[in-house]
Amino acid sequence: MRRTVFPHKLLPWLLLAPQLAITLIFFYWPAAQAFRQSMLREDAFGLKTTFVGLANFRKVLADPAYLNALQVTVLFSALVAFFAMGIALFLAVQAEKVIRGKGFYRTLMIWPYAVAPAVAGMLWLFMFNPSFGTLAWPLRQMGVNWNPLLNSTHAMILVVAAAVWKQISYNFLFFVAGLQAIPRSLIEAAAIDGASRRHAFWTIVFPLLTPTTFFLLVVNTVYALFDTFGIIHAVTGGGPGKATETLVYKVYNDGFVNLIMGDSAAQSVILMVIVILLTAFQFRYIERRVHYG
Amino acid sequence: MAAITLKDIRKSYAGNEVIHGISIDIPDGEFVVIVGPSGCGKSTLLRMVAGLEEITSGTLEIGGRVVNDLEPRQRDIAMVFQNYALYPHMSVRENMAYGLKISKLPKPEIEARVARAADMLELQPYLDRKPRALSGGQRQRVAMGRALVRDPAALLLDEPLSNLDAKLRVQMRLEIKDMHLRTGQTTLYVTHDQVEAMTLADRLIVMNKGIAEQIATPLEVYERPASEFVAGFIGSPAMNILTVECRDGGALLPGGHPLALAGLPAAGQVRLGLRPEDLHPAQPGADTIPVELRSVEHLGADAFGYGTIAGSEMPLVLRLPGSTRAQRGERIDLRPDPAQIHLFDPADGRRMTARTQK
Repeated sequence: MRRTVFPHKLLPWLLLAPQLAITLIFFYWPAAQAFRQSMLREDAFGLKTTFVGLANFRKVLADPAYLNALQVTVLFSALVAFFAMGIALFLAVQAEKVIRGKGFYRTLMIWPYAVAPAVAGMLWLFMFNPSFGTLAWPLRQMGVNWNPLLNSTHAMILVVAAAVWKQISYNFLFFVAGLQAIPRSLIEAAAIDGASRRHAFWTIVFPLLTPTTFFLLVVNTVYALFDTFGIIHAVTGGGPGKATETLVYKVYNDGFVNLIMGDSAAQSVILMVIVILLTAFQFRYIERRVHYG
Repeated sequence: MAAITLKDIRKSYAGNEVIHGISIDIPDGEFVVIVGPSGCGKSTLLRMVAGLEEITSGTLEIGGRVVNDLEPRQRDIAMVFQNYALYPHMSVRENMAYGLKISKLPKPEIEARVARAADMLELQPYLDRKPRALSGGQRQRVAMGRALVRDPAALLLDEPLSNLDAKLRVQMRLEIKDMHLRTGQTTLYVTHDQVEAMTLADRLIVMNKGIAEQIATPLEVYERPASEFVAGFIGSPAMNILTVECRDGGALLPGGHPLALAGLPAAGQVRLGLRPEDLHPAQPGADTIPVELRSVEHLGADAFGYGTIAGSEMPLVLRLPGSTRAQRGERIDLRPDPAQIHLFDPADGRRMTARTQK
C-alpha cells in the first residue's frame, strides 16, 4: 500500500472531521452513555439513581428470559442469514441463465430492498394473518393449522420469512455481480475437464465467489441481529409469549416499554461485545478460507 | 487418440449464418491449424468441435462417433484456452488433477500422470504454486499439462500463444511442435498468426468470413493459394496482386507498360499475383517491370523494397538481396519468374489454372 503524505498537518484532520464528528455523536457518545447507564440503577419514579457496579449484568445474565432471547437470536440470525444468502445465490445463478429480459428480471428482484422493514413486516402479517390472510387460507386448506398468533414455531417461521424476503434483494445484487466477475472460460474449462454443471458450481464457481459470500455473511449477520427490529415489531411484537423476542427486541422492551433502564443498558453493552466478537471471529477464522482473485 | 470428421458444419446465430459449411477429414494424429483474420469464425468452429457452441447443422464425428449432441465432457477432448483458464484457487497440481479426479482414476494413477506431465513440461518446482504466482509461459505450460494429462482423443488449442511476448512465443511454438511429435495427439489449433500456422501445421484450414478458403499443407497453400484471399493472407510481405489486361503472349500492366509473360490467357482481364521474392532485378527488357522505389528497408539477410510501377500509383513490394545498394527514388527493373505466377479470376477471386502452369 502506498502512503500519501500531506504537506499540511491540519488538512488530514479537517478531511476526517465530518466522519469523526458523526461517529462521535452517533456512536461513541451513546455507547458511553449506555456503558454508564449499565452501572446505575434508578428507582421507579426516576428520582434517585444509585451506582451498583456490575449488579445489572449479573441480574441480566441470570435471567431465564434473557437466555431465552439469546437462544431465539442465535436461531433467528442463523436461519435468516442462511436462507437469505442461499435463496439469493440460487436466484442469482438462475438469473445468469435468463437470456431474454435479463435486465427486467434483475430489476424486479431488487425491488423488495426498497420496502421499509415495518412495511415489509405488515405485508407478511396481512398475507399470513390466520383470520383474513390471503395465503393463510390455502395453508389451512392444505391441513396446516396455521396460527402465528398462538403457535411460536409458526411465528418464528413468519418473522424469518419476512426478514429473509427483505434481504434477498441485497444479497442477490452482490451475488449477480460476483458471478459476473468469474470468467466464462473457467466454467467452460471445467465442462471440458468433465465436470457436470453441479460439480463445476461447487468446485469452481462457489470457491471463487467466497469474497462475496464472506462479505454478505458479515452484513447479513449484522442485519439479522439489528435491522430486523422493525419486522419483529410489526409482525409479532416478540410474541407469542417471548418466542420471537431477540436480544435487540428485548433491549427495546426492557428499556422503553418496561423502563428498566439499567437492565436495558447492560443488555446493549453485552450486545455490543457480542457483535464485536462475532465480527472479529468472522474476519479471523472464516476469512482464511476466502480466495481473493 | 482419434480421427475427427467435419461434414458440412454450419453455425447460425438467430438465423444469421456465420459458418457456411466446413468439411474436413482429419486422420488420427494430424496437426491441423485453422488460420484466418479475426472474425472469420475460426474460434467458433473450434468451440463447436469442443461442444461449447451448438452445431446448427452438419455432422461432427470424433473417433468414428457422431458427437453433435454430446456434452463437452462426453466428447473425450481437451482444450487450451487463449487466457489459459486456470482455476485460480487451485495449485498447479490440483489444476492438472481436476479432470482426472472427476473421471475417478485411482489416486496413484493421478499422481503418476501429473508427475509425468510436470516432468515433460518442466513444471515440478511449481506444482504447489497457485497460477497467479507463475509467469505467462509457465501458465501456458500448466494449461498444456492440464490438457495432456487426460490423454484425450483430440487436443484443441484456441490461440494459445497470443498472450505471450514474442520471444516466449517462439519458444512455446517449438515446445508445442515437439510435444505433438512425442504424443502424436490429433490436434486442432486456432491462430491468426501465419508463422504459427506455417510452422506447426501438417495441414492448414485458411478461413475467411465463415468459409474454408483452402484446406491444404502449408507449402501447398503458399505455392498454390486457392484464392486471392489466401494469396494475400499467407506470406509476408503479402503477395502483390495486380489487375492486368491480357494480350497475345503477355499483359498490359497498370501505367500502360506491356509485359511479355508466358502462361497468361489469350485475352481478357485477370488478377496477376506475384510474390515479392519472385521478382528478380534484371536488365530492362520486354519481360521486366519498371519500378520506382519509394523506400528500402534493409534487414541484413535481405531487403524489402516498396515502390510503384513506373508511371502509375500501383504499389509493389519487392524482396531484394541483402547486398542490394538500391536507393529510394531509383528506378529498377524486375523480371517476374514465369513459373511462379498466380492468376485469379477477377470475378470471384478463385485461382485460375493457366495452360502452361503445372
